[in-house]
Amino acid sequence: MIHSLFLVNASGDIFLEKHWKSVVSRSVCDYFFEAQERATEPENVPPVIPTPHHYLISVLRHRIYFVAVIQSEVPPLFVIEFLHRVVDTFQDYFGVCTEAAIKDNVVVVYELLEEMLDNGFPLATESNILKELIKPPTILRTMVNTITGSTNVGEQLPTGQLSVVPWRRTGVKYTNNEAYFDVVEEIDAIIDKSGSTITAEIQGVIDACVKLTGMPDLTLSFMNPRLLDDVSFHPCVRFKRWEAERILSFIPPDGNFRLLSYHVSSQNLVAIPVYVKHNITFREGSSQGRFDLTLGPKQTMGKAVESVLVSSQLPRGVLNANLNPSQGTYTFDPVTKMLSWDVGKINPQKLPSLKGTMSLQAGASKPDENPSINIQFKIQQMAISGCTQAGQTL
Amino acid sequence: MSASSAFNDEKGGSSSVGEPEYGHDPASGGIFSSDYKRHDDLKEMLDSNKDSLKLEAMKRIVAMIARGKNASDLFPAVVKNVACKNIEVKKLVYVYLVRYAEEQQDLALLSISTFQRGLKDPNQLIRASALRVLSSIRVTIIVPIMMLAIKEAASDMSPYVRKTAAHAIPKLYSLDPEQKDQLIEVIEKLLADKTTLVAGSVVMAFEEVCPERIDLIHKNYRKLCNLLIDVEEWGQVVIINMLTRYARTQFLNPNMNESLLEEGSGGDRTFYGSDEDEDEDEEEKEKKAETPAMAKRKPYVMDPDHRLLLRNTKPLLQSRNAAVVMAVAQLYFHLAPKAEVGVIAKALVRLLRSHSEVQYVVLQNVATMTIKRRGMFEPYLKSFYIRSTDPTQIKVLKLEVLTNLANETNISTILREFQTYIKSMDKDFVAATIQAIGRCATNIGEVRDTCLNGLVQLLSNRDELVVAESVVVIKKLLQMQPEKHSDIIKHMAKLTDNIQVPMARASILWLIGEYCEHVPKIAPDVLRKMAKSFTNEEDIVKLQIINLAAKLYLTNSKQTKLLTQYVLNLAKYDQNYDIRDRARFIRQLIVPTEKSGALSKYAKKLFLALKPAPVLESPFKDRDHFQLGSLSHLLNAKAGGYQELPDWPEAAPDPSVRNVEVKDSVFTLLERVTTLTSVPEWTKCSSREKRKEKKVEKPFYSDSEGESGPTESADSESDSASGSESGSGSEESASRSESEESEDGSESEEEEEEEEEEKEKKKKKKELKKPVQESESEQSSEEEERKHQRKTKQRKSDSESESDEDEESESESSQSESEESESEAEVKKKKKAAESKPPSKPVKKESKKEKKEMSLLDLDDFEPAPSPQVTPVNTFLSNSLVTDLEGLSLSDTVLSPATIAPSSALKNYELLHRITGEGLSVEYCFSRQPFSPDANMVAVQMQFTNNATADTKNLHIEDVKLQSGMRVKEFSEIELLPAGETATAVMGIDFCDSTQAANFQLCTHTRKFFVSIQPPVGELMRPVFLTENEFKKEQGQLMGMNEITEKLTLDMKCRNEHTIVQRVTTAANLSRVPCGSDKECRFAGRTVSSSSLVLVTVATKEEGAAQLTVNCEKMVIGTMLVKDILLALTQ
Repeated sequence: MIHSLFLVNASGDIFLEKHWKSVVSRSVCDYFFEAQERATEPENVPPVIPTPHHYLISVLRHRIYFVAVIQSEVPPLFVIEFLHRVVDTFQDYFGVCTEAAIKDNVVVVYELLEEMLDNGFPLATESNILKELIKPPTILRTMVNTITGSTNVGEQLPTGQLSVVPWRRTGVKYTNNEAYFDVVEEIDAIIDKSGSTITAEIQGVIDACVKLTGMPDLTLSFMNPRLLDDVSFHPCVRFKRWEAERILSFIPPDGNFRLLSYHVSSQNLVAIPVYVKHNITFREGSSQGRFDLTLGPKQTMGKAVESVLVSSQLPRGVLNANLNPSQGTYTFDPVTKMLSWDVGKINPQKLPSLKGTMSLQAGASKPDENPSINIQFKIQQMAISGCTQAGQTL
Repeated sequence: MSASSAFNDEKGGSSSVGEPEYGHDPASGGIFSSDYKRHDDLKEMLDSNKDSLKLEAMKRIVAMIARGKNASDLFPAVVKNVACKNIEVKKLVYVYLVRYAEEQQDLALLSISTFQRGLKDPNQLIRASALRVLSSIRVTIIVPIMMLAIKEAASDMSPYVRKTAAHAIPKLYSLDPEQKDQLIEVIEKLLADKTTLVAGSVVMAFEEVCPERIDLIHKNYRKLCNLLIDVEEWGQVVIINMLTRYARTQFLNPNMNESLLEEGSGGDRTFYGSDEDEDEDEEEKEKKAETPAMAKRKPYVMDPDHRLLLRNTKPLLQSRNAAVVMAVAQLYFHLAPKAEVGVIAKALVRLLRSHSEVQYVVLQNVATMTIKRRGMFEPYLKSFYIRSTDPTQIKVLKLEVLTNLANETNISTILREFQTYIKSMDKDFVAATIQAIGRCATNIGEVRDTCLNGLVQLLSNRDELVVAESVVVIKKLLQMQPEKHSDIIKHMAKLTDNIQVPMARASILWLIGEYCEHVPKIAPDVLRKMAKSFTNEEDIVKLQIINLAAKLYLTNSKQTKLLTQYVLNLAKYDQNYDIRDRARFIRQLIVPTEKSGALSKYAKKLFLALKPAPVLESPFKDRDHFQLGSLSHLLNAKAGGYQELPDWPEAAPDPSVRNVEVKDSVFTLLERVTTLTSVPEWTKCSSREKRKEKKVEKPFYSDSEGESGPTESADSESDSASGSESGSGSEESASRSESEESEDGSESEEEEEEEEEEKEKKKKKKELKKPVQESESEQSSEEEERKHQRKTKQRKSDSESESDEDEESESESSQSESEESESEAEVKKKKKAAESKPPSKPVKKESKKEKKEMSLLDLDDFEPAPSPQVTPVNTFLSNSLVTDLEGLSLSDTVLSPATIAPSSALKNYELLHRITGEGLSVEYCFSRQPFSPDANMVAVQMQFTNNATADTKNLHIEDVKLQSGMRVKEFSEIELLPAGETATAVMGIDFCDSTQAANFQLCTHTRKFFVSIQPPVGELMRPVFLTENEFKKEQGQLMGMNEITEKLTLDMKCRNEHTIVQRVTTAANLSRVPCGSDKECRFAGRTVSSSSLVLVTVATKEEGAAQLTVNCEKMVIGTMLVKDILLALTQ
């Protein structure tokens, strides 16, 4: 399956390589670099690149390319999914998954990769098991290790792999037993220039942090489970029970995990909690354009809209923008023509706005593209889908 | 690395201690000298006693490996630490070893013993990790060691170790493909494993080593389906992909009739109903129809196993792992009935929310699916709308999907969406959108004009790329209906002044040339302009200018003659030979000269022929011949190691191959017989449970026992028949043996003549005894008469022979003995069976013949094939013994209603039932006698009874179908079996120490019956005599994997030694080994074919607890035997 893995940073250097079978020369990455050059944007590098003897399957996360080398037929998603799992594991271990973090913890990284794949076939990818095998580095442990010469590698061999519940380690003990569930929902909507919604859908996830002693068996029920149109579960959830009663019943893994992710169909009307008034014009013949943007909250049920970030790709003809935000700060990158405006919190009494002029290339004709505007925001403690949790039992 | 500064500090000190024997090529220069010194320093650290130093050194070395730096020269220093106590050091050493062992094979061997020790460790995880590293070291010399380790680990107690063994299989295979056969054996064994932990890994190994051996899956198919949901995600992917391929070979296409029947209703199929069960019994077919499973009206049902697969994979659509979801989706796409495929759409759409790489792969697959099954994704149209944040490659794929989804109803929304996309800043994407519009326009006639107008508007776009792309698309569209659009062509002609993109210019020129009759005024003008700029044009444009000139010359030569000649002259001196060539060719064709050939007459037809409109089709068309979700599909090219997705079979292969006995998987492990018209009853019985599960097959044996009248009566009849038969049988045997003895007694020539006579008589006898197969009473009276004649003849001959012989008394005694045995208690019979061996020895001595022990059996009773009559020998003593024995075997059938436990050593099995045999019933038993013609064969004694009213003739065997290696020695043909008579025959089968069934046809003069004989494992051996010491010695050599131990609780009834011995010897043909302790019973035997030793020990403890140990070289035999004996002891 997976022969080798190369980690390539943004500047095109291979900073880590790992081989699970015979060594594959790193020159195989040249094909990848070629493809990278051809692609205009970093994310446009094709995930699968055939080379004369190998196939390269890569993912881009945190500005690092994870390039897996394979030699024969294998479902590409298998490799892609695995690579993402590797990144998730690194993130779980080191907090961030950056080149520096990986370089600093190269031994742990190597040990992890060694455990995750055997001969190119995934062996242990469950974070609970990995953490038993290889303890994540903490400042305290690093200090203790340097002084005592002890190691990161678990003395005990993981019990989880052998138990019936492979995702949970045995013998968990907490003095404070607690379980937290975060419901995070995202709306994804496309709105046309007149303000009508073309498509909107809600993606939700329930992330859990469970710190409970022993082998707890939890159930979680929803007030309106029918809202959840399409769900995918952590392997711990008993699917039969959900099918029959719409109740989540599971033995949770220890620590943080994603219990389920769901999708609320676009058929349901989704109320977008924010509106945008925009007026972007370019006049023919003049080298000036007007830019006027106002944001406002709408149907937020009294909750504040926070960390609003507006970004817009302006036409290539725009040389510079001279804008005046009523709140927050804005930046304009004259190379990529990307305008971003960090608004912060929307105050319903005083709506944030960004007004000003854009200077265009002299003599150039009016750009005919309409810039698209992306808005990201957060609303705490509100589920747009109206999905509510009815109760949970141990 | 951050550590480098530390190295520099230490460099000075360490260089002095550097070991010279690891010195390096001095020519490599000074740049690397610090490296070497650093290595010396590391070596020193590795040699130290402190774990912390070693660890530090190893960490640095691993960091070097990670960066791709060569650390191979440290090999000797590192390998020393392979036995280090510190786990982390050890692990890092392993990492190093696996990386460099290939390069330093000899040194790597030093570490092997450590791993070998690890393989024996009581801790399962240490065993596993030792195996893992051992198998990862790619050193060819250790292949045998690896093979051994894998084999051992495959039968390890711990599933984790077995999983590791499964992982090791492909490693060994890639190292040495010649081990394939042995590895397949291991895979076969592991496939039978019931733990979820192993399943995924072993299927992975299966896929890498022997994906073509689909037959290995049969027995494990249902288990895999049922385990699937609990297997870890990666294993799920592999299993699902494999099962997709498997299902394609084993089941029928559920959508087949959709193409055949217009109605296309669901999954039922009238046509194939009969096909499918062609070789199943009528009863079963009826049952199938009755089952509520799938078919509502029609006899065809989707194979329940097919259904099982679909049902068990469906929940996995909810998996968090995209690869699993994709695997299930492709499974449904390739295997599910059309009506059910829809379920996957939602899950695939969900994956579109994932990382862009995942989206990329999913969209590729969706694109292929939408071509075949458009309806499936239509409700999710909006999910494929493009977001401004999507990378270009995703946008293009989404466009592809949108285009595929476009139809009359949704085209307006899609086009509106497209209009927005055209304003995007991503020019590649805009170009793709224009092409997509073109495709929509060609596919949907209603919107063609709208699209065309839209595209024409784009011609005034400021971006040249957009315009060029539009021109190309418009050209294709216009080709479909040029008449209506002369103004568009005019518009485009104007564009030649501005557009610089060669492809667009060429397209315009071609259009004008093609439709010059629609624009008669403009065309010559365009040519004039083009002629001016000819030399500066790109090649494709030049070619089109020549084309245009030629076409105009043909239609409007008055205006363009000069222009054309000018252009052709320019082309004549062009640098590009293609253009020169084209010019020369066209000049010859169109310009009339004296020499001009016949072709120029047709020049106009040639140039202005009606050209078919181009078909704009998706690049994803026909990609579905690749298995979806595979790398090959994604690349649209076959990747190495890709397994073709087979086409559906025309007729479903035998579904019974997947039957697995639930209660006792041993026998059915190799069972492949249910399709035959007749099956030994016990086989059917044993697979009963599975059948119930399947719901289709009828467990008719059990039913008939309980209730059904005819079968019961048949049973009782056959009982009575066998009763009579036994009488006649023994009589016959007596007379025959007598006749033989007469041969021995005097060897004079006269007697030889007699012998010949007798042979003839015997033949007649045989004819008489031939079982009747046809119960039809259409036999002529003549035949009946003949029968009578024969009977009388036979009686005569009988009396003759009896009168000839002096030993009538002897025959009588044997008869009486047989009767005695009938009436005697079961225990005694048992004893006799056991005794049957030892007495044979004295007999042999007495007779003073050179015959072997086996000759004992050469009595014609048993009728072994090769000229039994010729064999002389046999004293009266042996003769009586044989009759005795036979009486024993027959008595079993006589007493069968009364016998509760199978106390007799010989158990009869039914080969052919009276009803299926149309009056002929055949039973067989394993006589447990050596088969004289071939010592490696198991003797099977068959008893034919003709219950019909007519005679049966020419009973013989035909068409023997065997697994490779097996052999059959047929019994000699029974020429006649009169109605109501019984005959016996002995055939030999070499089962090769497997419980594979021997399938053959039993033929009479009128009919053929498919029958099969499947031996219980206990019959595959013969007893051997061992002393206690020998037994212990042999047992000591058959430890480890060859030993199987099972705990059991003995039944109240069989707690004494006697019953244990009896039951064990009944279950298996073994002899008892003397034993000092009364707590233990020991038995020994050898398998018939390979003479592998089989040792059985039953140790009893308090309160019925006991332990059964079987030692056998052949592990399969061992495991099966354990189950059999367990069953015998606990029942």
